[in-house]
Amino acid sequence: MAYDKFNVLTSTAYPLPTENVDTDQIIPARFLKATERKDFDINFFRDWRFEQDGTPKPDFPLNKEIYAGSKILVGGRNFGSGSSREHAAWSVYDFGLRCVISSAFADIFKNNCLNVGVLPVQVSPEFADTLFDAIMADPKTEIKVDLPNQTVTLVATGQSESFDINSYKKDNMLNGFDDIDYLKNIENEISAFAETRPF
Amino acid sequence: MANTLFDKVWDSHVVRKVKDGPDVFFIDRHFIHEVTSPVAFLGLESRGNSVVYPAKTFATADHNTPTINQHLPVADALSANQLDALEKNAAKHGISHWGLGDENNGIVHVVGPENGITLPGATIVCGDSHTSTHGAFGAIAFGIGTSEVEMVLSTQCIMQPKPKSMRINVNGKLGLGVTPKDVALYIISKQTTSGATGYFVEYAGDVFENMSMEGRMTVCNLSIEMGARGGMIAPDEKTFEYLKGRSQTPKGADWDKAMKYWETLYSEDDAKFDVEFNYDAADIEPMITYGTNPGMGMGVTKSIPNAENVEGGVETYKKSLGYMSFSEGDAMIGKEIDFVFLGSCTNGRIEDFRAFCSIVEGRKKADNVTAWLVPGSHKVVDQIKAEGLDKIIDEAGFVLREPGCSACLAMNDDKIPSGKLSVSTSNRNFEGRQGPGSRTLLASPLVAAASAVEGVVTDPRTLLV
Repeated sequence: MAYDKFNVLTSTAYPLPTENVDTDQIIPARFLKATERKDFDINFFRDWRFEQDGTPKPDFPLNKEIYAGSKILVGGRNFGSGSSREHAAWSVYDFGLRCVISSAFADIFKNNCLNVGVLPVQVSPEFADTLFDAIMADPKTEIKVDLPNQTVTLVATGQSESFDINSYKKDNMLNGFDDIDYLKNIENEISAFAETRPF
Repeated sequence: MANTLFDKVWDSHVVRKVKDGPDVFFIDRHFIHEVTSPVAFLGLESRGNSVVYPAKTFATADHNTPTINQHLPVADALSANQLDALEKNAAKHGISHWGLGDENNGIVHVVGPENGITLPGATIVCGDSHTSTHGAFGAIAFGIGTSEVEMVLSTQCIMQPKPKSMRINVNGKLGLGVTPKDVALYIISKQTTSGATGYFVEYAGDVFENMSMEGRMTVCNLSIEMGARGGMIAPDEKTFEYLKGRSQTPKGADWDKAMKYWETLYSEDDAKFDVEFNYDAADIEPMITYGTNPGMGMGVTKSIPNAENVEGGVETYKKSLGYMSFSEGDAMIGKEIDFVFLGSCTNGRIEDFRAFCSIVEGRKKADNVTAWLVPGSHKVVDQIKAEGLDKIIDEAGFVLREPGCSACLAMNDDKIPSGKLSVSTSNRNFEGRQGPGSRTLLASPLVAAASAVEGVVTDPRTLLV
């Protein structure tokens, strides 16, 4: 069991409307030197959260007390572009987030999230704007992410949109399964296939 | 139905299709390095699994290795620890390992092709997004996360939904001073940093047919910078010529057998792509970026566009220019620079050093410029010396460093200081990519060389005529 199960999550959210947030921002390369997976929250968005001397930047949404404890991050379009570093997804998870909502994700980041138990929820650009507007109007806005029904809803107004996830990955997230469990169970099929490869 | 090159290679590696789920996708070649593999080995061991096909995985140290004094112990304790972990994990599981000092050592995407590990029609993955480089040989190659590294180690498969297909055709004749890097930056500027998300790209047209293998690698390398999972080019005589006789390519009858397969690797005339784009080579200038993603590029002689003329949100655009300390309407030519970085898996090959030397030969490095010239591998270093390029570099006042990823991602000591402006031949101009607060202009080795000798952003064509 690689991560906690995900079912229905209701939480306030950190808003980060900047577009094209790359994984070098989510966790800069100089913090990728660990040989174990732990404490990646410390350097999550390091250079956007902190001055170079370590002083927190008070205006950055992840530093604002009003959003503290949120389990959802609503990010701008093309979230998670660039480097394949899974450390970015680990840092999201270690920071206490279980879901990232955006109108578009970079492919590798999205895969990495699904593999570590963070649900990437892709919504329409219009619904992303609705979510940002609601959070700006009321920072305590709650968002309900319902994986079984594949819906994301603004609790206060009931405004809702459905999202896509393939049934295999959905089942994994609901049960905390991962791909290695699946692959190990078809080992014989894989080794038979391997025999057919020319090189 | 007629097949694309991508379909042919992808479909032949699907072990099974999961209903309403991903494909179980078989991996022929797996590269690992010190940064994204240690946690995968921990996972493997904690589950009690072993490496199923150790001969299909290849380890090389590159991301945080120093580029001077590689004969000395690595001073940074955390980097040394990662390098040590890679060596130990490789030894324990019977994986070949080219560590620091090994004659085959270098950047993973340089040494793979160089040693003939990269082959047409193969599937190749690595915990590194620039794995797309290997697509230059007609392979399907892409970056994966650490969970997937563990999957490959323990099962030789990953679970991937099949990407959609895109073909990008560039035809015509490239102008003076226009290199493969410029072709790639031009395409990315048209596609934007996310335009190819969800797609796997095939590059076609006479511009790529006429391009060297090194140039094709540069283009495929940068596919990820427009969001594509990877990019590939159909193998041809040039590909086979490059590979023949390399240490790990098939030999004798195996080569002949492989050739029979490789010659089938092209998109059929009536193959259908999900989307297709056509660009004209004559429209491409030497390129430079001005913002904080690789899609923010333009011809070096152009001025920075106004916010209303670019795709995406105005606030994000202004934040980006603000970080760079640039303004809308600024010309790039003449901007004073502090650093030049020649190297990386994008432009750290012999051809890149030849291009750089073609400009700096008989000229001198500008006093205001600190230049880091970092070859992609020891074999590239050897070739530089064999061709006498090291003398040109030395006489022009530059210093050749030792191989590694270096300032491309600044995990080692090669960090551009805060606020400093660098013309870099690498692949990413993200905020702080080359060191906290650093500012990066992505460009070709020719633009980098011209800027290095003039001390300001310079159109290389002015020095080539």
